[in-house]
Amino acid sequence: MTEIEKRQDRSPVPSAFDYAPAPESREIVTLEDRYGLFIGGEWVEPQSGEYEATISPATEEPLAEVAYAGPEDVGVAVDSAREAFENGWSDIAPGERAKYLYRIARILQERSREFAVLESLDGGKPIRESRDVDLPLSAAHFFYYAGWADKLEYAFPNRNPKPLGVAGQIIPWNFPLLMLSWKIAPALAAGNTVVLKPAESTPLTALLFCDVVRQAELPPGVVNIVTGDGRAGAELVKHPGVDKVAFTGSTDVGKEIQRAVAGTGKKLTLELGGKAANIIFDDAPLDQAVEGIINGIYFNQGHVCCAGSRLLVQESIYEQVIAKLKRRMGTLRVGDPLDKNTDVGAINSREQLEKIKELVAAGEEEGAEIFQPPCRLPEKGWWFAPTVFTNVAQSYRIAQEEIFGPVLSVLTFRTPDEAIEKANNTPYGLSAGVWTEKGSRILSMAQRLRAGVIWANTYNRFDPASPFGGYKESGFGREGGRHGLEPYMRFE
Amino acid sequence: MAQAPALPGGFELPLEPRLPRIGSVDQVAVEERAASLSRRSIKRESKLFALDLAVRMMDLTTLEGADTPGKVAALCSKAMRPDPSDLTVPPVAAVCIYPNLVPVALDRVQGSGVRVASVATAFPSGQSPLEIKVEETARVAEMGADEIDMVIDRGAFLSGDYAKVYDEVRRVKEASGDAHLKVILETGELGTYDNVRRASLLAIAGGADFIKTSTGKIQPAATLPVTLVMLEAIRDVYEETGRKIGMKPAGGIRHAKQAVQYLVLLHETLGVEWMTPDLFRFGASSLLNDCLLQIRKEKTGRYQSPDYFTID
Repeated sequence: MTEIEKRQDRSPVPSAFDYAPAPESREIVTLEDRYGLFIGGEWVEPQSGEYEATISPATEEPLAEVAYAGPEDVGVAVDSAREAFENGWSDIAPGERAKYLYRIARILQERSREFAVLESLDGGKPIRESRDVDLPLSAAHFFYYAGWADKLEYAFPNRNPKPLGVAGQIIPWNFPLLMLSWKIAPALAAGNTVVLKPAESTPLTALLFCDVVRQAELPPGVVNIVTGDGRAGAELVKHPGVDKVAFTGSTDVGKEIQRAVAGTGKKLTLELGGKAANIIFDDAPLDQAVEGIINGIYFNQGHVCCAGSRLLVQESIYEQVIAKLKRRMGTLRVGDPLDKNTDVGAINSREQLEKIKELVAAGEEEGAEIFQPPCRLPEKGWWFAPTVFTNVAQSYRIAQEEIFGPVLSVLTFRTPDEAIEKANNTPYGLSAGVWTEKGSRILSMAQRLRAGVIWANTYNRFDPASPFGGYKESGFGREGGRHGLEPYMRFE
Repeated sequence: MAQAPALPGGFELPLEPRLPRIGSVDQVAVEERAASLSRRSIKRESKLFALDLAVRMMDLTTLEGADTPGKVAALCSKAMRPDPSDLTVPPVAAVCIYPNLVPVALDRVQGSGVRVASVATAFPSGQSPLEIKVEETARVAEMGADEIDMVIDRGAFLSGDYAKVYDEVRRVKEASGDAHLKVILETGELGTYDNVRRASLLAIAGGADFIKTSTGKIQPAATLPVTLVMLEAIRDVYEETGRKIGMKPAGGIRHAKQAVQYLVLLHETLGVEWMTPDLFRFGASSLLNDCLLQIRKEKTGRYQSPDYFTID
């Protein structure tokens, strides 16, 4: 046992009011033993012949076998999307495109419990989040872009917007269905067809979405889903039939994609990593700021590119904030993602868990002080207790690198200028949070922070009407809002 | 002017020559937190535990102009033995009544452990001269009430006369003698969560043993976010001074499910230490029967007709 594992084995103090288990039923989800690729509106066997199991991170139980697409398979999918684009989708009446999108949105709402359970099963996130965040936002995204489909001329007046053609889209494992919605809804609204590759560890909700596509009677080939690992993604990026590449994932892969796309004329948007500063001023409403800190870093086990992973606290309230934060961490319920009372679920994959452990060990070794509340982690599956590091210097790896886990690094500042300097001192620039009662300070901070999204007195709040995207190594291009349509259009 | 008792650092009262820094509350965030806690799913043994505790924490209340000795006597019987067909159901914490009925109640509940709480200080408006309020409190204490529920002068509070509010609480506390003092803020008239927090700290500084949301005469009465704000004020005082103040949401809590939500809020804000009738009460008139119905359902697996529970 490593030091970290030993520490995580402490049990919490038993309480007279331990909530009885309240698991959401799995019955609502019917899984196939094996899934093929969804191409041209049909399930097809992969020509590669490869299948891999997708695993529940909470129990390590294999859930289903999923096809791993090879180069030929990606080619067939792109051809199918091309054909659908040429033969109808690009020139059906925009109002008709809107109808399909509205239909998908409504079906997602109707089947939201089924999707929420599957999302938690395959990805490890608490059902509370998949039920209250992922699913409502996914449906909202389709509703929102359905509204734009027949108003593109008004979105871009006098620019004569036209669709691009085939969009190749690659999405991550942290919000599988929500990222699918962020990608597919604007692409279809603008008149494109898509080939989408879900992450290898979380393909199941995308595969269930194929059922929604059929139920909505979307013309065959408009949406194609090819599952697989990084190789399939690379094939999709370099396929000459793809007009536009949209990627959400790590900065390293984003850089590779940008190299591969260079000189091809393909349009590209990248939404990559982050190391966001969550800045607490001494006049902030403290108890709510602590909720914001918790929501900023422990939401979805910290598997959030815009997570508030660097906490900047004004020194005059440091002791108070840390005491409140530690107390609040003690009330987080870590465990079965399907339990309706779970706050923090399982780490998405063994690989990710190793990465978190490695960085946490580095933090301890560099001299930061670690705190984890007592909590008993399940024996099977991949887990990591909510963690906070204090006494962190700006130069430590845990203050610089994206951990993508439930690990918070706390730094302090004395003045607004120092807060800005520290917050901006990172290669990333995706998001930031500001907590203060002073409206003027919110506005001045928002102007000076170099980040794509800035939350004031809240954190991790999303809306389809609000554009989302980064500065610097957090990527470029915006998703959401009218801005989110632009990457899927050309202008004549 | 009196010296205020110790308050958490940064929460100095405006009575002091220093700048007040009472802290603030973010409305959106506090409502979100309360809503998220209200979605906890409490089942089986934990539900039964919560329902049993809710009964033990209840201040069974009647505060009507039409209250008579007969009505109060019936209420006392119900308080002592809420469910005659199930003797494992505990008695409630207290009956809460008007001053004139205190002797009747004391007579009925004698020896049962059920306490008698009386409102005082020109309830529900508090718009009377201080001397009259003090006199009323002293008389109620003399009659033998175990607990006194006073109201703050919202007129004074809203006009910024915090010192007056503080002084009144202090005087009433002195007049209460050994009786426990609950201070009603009437949050439905305070308008903002910032004011609720401010009034909570004022009442605690003045010597409140409990702070209470509402009289039940004004809508909105108790809500989850208001209760959360008050619990957080109590927590700040405890962390700084070690003083344990009780909390009583009152008014508008009619269903067992709501009571469970309040207990979850309490559990996750102040912890199990506060989960005792000594530090948390429900002020309610119609909550008890729904709790009894739900307890019976948990024990037997079946819902019973409401006709099996007495209406008092």
